[in-house]
Amino acid sequence: MDAIFLQILNGLDKGGAYALIALGLTLVFGTLGVVNFAHGALFMLGAFCSVSFYKLITISKQVKDESITFFDAFKEQPYLEIWFGDFGTSIIDFAVPLSILFAIPVMLLIGLIMERGLIRHFYKRTHAEQILVTFGLAIVLQEIIKSFFGANPIPMPPPEIVSGSAPIGALLGLGDSVVYPWWRLIYLTFSGIIITAVFAFLNMTTYGMVVRAGMMDRETVGLLGINVERRFTVVFGLAAIVTGLAGVMYAPILPPDYHMGMDFLVLSFVVVVVGGMGSLGGAVAAGFLLGILQSFASMNEVKSIFPGIDQIIIYLVAVVILLVRPRGLMGRKGVMED
Amino acid sequence: MKAPTIKNDLFVMLIFSAVILTMPIWLEPMGANYPDLLQKFAIFGIFAVGYNILFGLTGYLSFGHAAFLGIGSYTAVWSFKLLTMNIFPAIIFSVLISGLFAMLIGFITLRRSGIYFSILTLAFAQMFYNLAYSVLTPITNGETGLQLTRNDPRIIDRLFSEAGEGLPSTDFFGFAMSGYSGFYICAALLIITFFISQRIFHSPFGVKLRAIKSNQTRMKYTGYNTRPYLLAAFVISGMYAGLAGGLMAATDPLAGAERMQWTASGEVVLMTILGGVGTLIGPMLGVGIIKYFENIFSALNDQALLQAYAFMPDWLANIMVAITSPFVGEGWHLTLGALFVFIVIFLPGGIMEGIDRIKKLFTKKPVEPEKEGSLS
Repeated sequence: MDAIFLQILNGLDKGGAYALIALGLTLVFGTLGVVNFAHGALFMLGAFCSVSFYKLITISKQVKDESITFFDAFKEQPYLEIWFGDFGTSIIDFAVPLSILFAIPVMLLIGLIMERGLIRHFYKRTHAEQILVTFGLAIVLQEIIKSFFGANPIPMPPPEIVSGSAPIGALLGLGDSVVYPWWRLIYLTFSGIIITAVFAFLNMTTYGMVVRAGMMDRETVGLLGINVERRFTVVFGLAAIVTGLAGVMYAPILPPDYHMGMDFLVLSFVVVVVGGMGSLGGAVAAGFLLGILQSFASMNEVKSIFPGIDQIIIYLVAVVILLVRPRGLMGRKGVMED
Repeated sequence: MKAPTIKNDLFVMLIFSAVILTMPIWLEPMGANYPDLLQKFAIFGIFAVGYNILFGLTGYLSFGHAAFLGIGSYTAVWSFKLLTMNIFPAIIFSVLISGLFAMLIGFITLRRSGIYFSILTLAFAQMFYNLAYSVLTPITNGETGLQLTRNDPRIIDRLFSEAGEGLPSTDFFGFAMSGYSGFYICAALLIITFFISQRIFHSPFGVKLRAIKSNQTRMKYTGYNTRPYLLAAFVISGMYAGLAGGLMAATDPLAGAERMQWTASGEVVLMTILGGVGTLIGPMLGVGIIKYFENIFSALNDQALLQAYAFMPDWLANIMVAITSPFVGEGWHLTLGALFVFIVIFLPGGIMEGIDRIKKLFTKKPVEPEKEGSLS
């Protein structure tokens, strides 16, 4: 029972990340009709937003180390600590959550530049060409990151206060042995909040309504005198922010390195096609579903029956779904069914 | 398009063979006359020529061909371990087994087209890659990669001679697979495979594949079942990839799973696009250019750049070094990615389209735009 509960939690947590990435991807596909292979790179850029924010606030100067009295020793002390004392220290401690504030404008900017500069010219071209050009862009982005930050993963610690494990079993009356890392719980909550916010934006605001209308029938919306192109640019920026934030918060779970984008790209595409191309709800549902499936597949009991199933379950599910249900779980009829 | 005659084909074939076989001579002044590099040209040439049969003719964009390359490599190394160091059976086995896998995967993935096909092949490639790293470790030796050892059985070799000291090396009936003889063996295979691909391009089968690319629905309404043709193209290109993988293992008997990652498939897509997808010579050109510049660029460093800019005033040279150094050495992939983006944006038909355009500039005749070169 405990094990199953933990696996569900694990799956929800993984699924949260998948759902967030897939949400951004399907937003872009549903509105712009562009198959964006650079989407994983956006996730990676988000993770590196937190890295660069951390580097930014820990710019240090050499000060004399008072604790060593035998000789003049110097140590690096961040300016923030020098200026604000303990408050500065705690800012540095909270670098990852705070870098959300830093990541939002940066990712928005990156998204807008990408859309205006490149993606826009590929609306009318074939999917194959879109895949190719965005694949090239992804290579360029990851190589730029590599030349700035090096090839090794950069560990990003979560804030001290949430670095341990939550005694979640004791809270829910399941026994003290059931514990779960705080940061993963936070990630799950965070992904829930972002997903809700995106859906609220699309369903409850006029702006979102127009965007949804554009997803359904772009031409008619354009004929009604609405500048669809501009809205779509904003949508692309929004997708970049959502994906970037998923990356920012993922940094303490998986130390960012330059090719993490390519690793997540395949996964996110699989999630999107399982959910149904262009269906936002489908993407979220498929994200959580695949997350839970994967964490159950990695249980030892399951692995002893089907060895290696944990490595391929996601792809296996995708293959089966694509073959028996061409439009995915929740895809609209007639959209991308060929 | 003029119907190409057999005579014409043979002419192209002869020129192609001559160019490939004289590579050691004309690459000498370009500083690329190393047997290792030449072998790479030939091996990746086979890979790209085969990939082009699928992507170039039918327009089905597969991101899973690296899996066949990996399967070919593993098969070849197992053949070296169990049977003989002669590459002949190894290559036969790699072609057959990767063809078998291609048939299986193609049968499933070709039920869908367009982006779904790409994602399905991607999913299969990732499955193979993940399995090679985890459960299949007894076959693939996981992260270390599959290697030869001294106490491998090598049944056929044992019939003729005792196990020698040290690791044996691969050969083709006495011709060593290292150095120039290795290159000539690879080159001969490249020429044969190129010839086959040429025949396919100009056969009724090739025309049908092109018809599938331009309008599959109409093709179906004309009464053709397109699936068998697609599957045949998929299997052929999978076998080409297997052959390339087998040769890779033959020139360097070590097979690792990283060869099967989907980004490795991306590389062959890049080569094909750069040269000109759907053209005969294009993929070979793309391979040559990418492998050549990879060799040149990744060897450059800041010192070499400073020498190259020595004719400029110092301050300008320093600025130029600062600008160009991220693009060379370790950053070679950055150049490649950027080049690729530019090609897709401005020259979707690759270098072959560029050549066509230049030709048109000079002839000034209103020529029908060549349909073959464009992606769709």
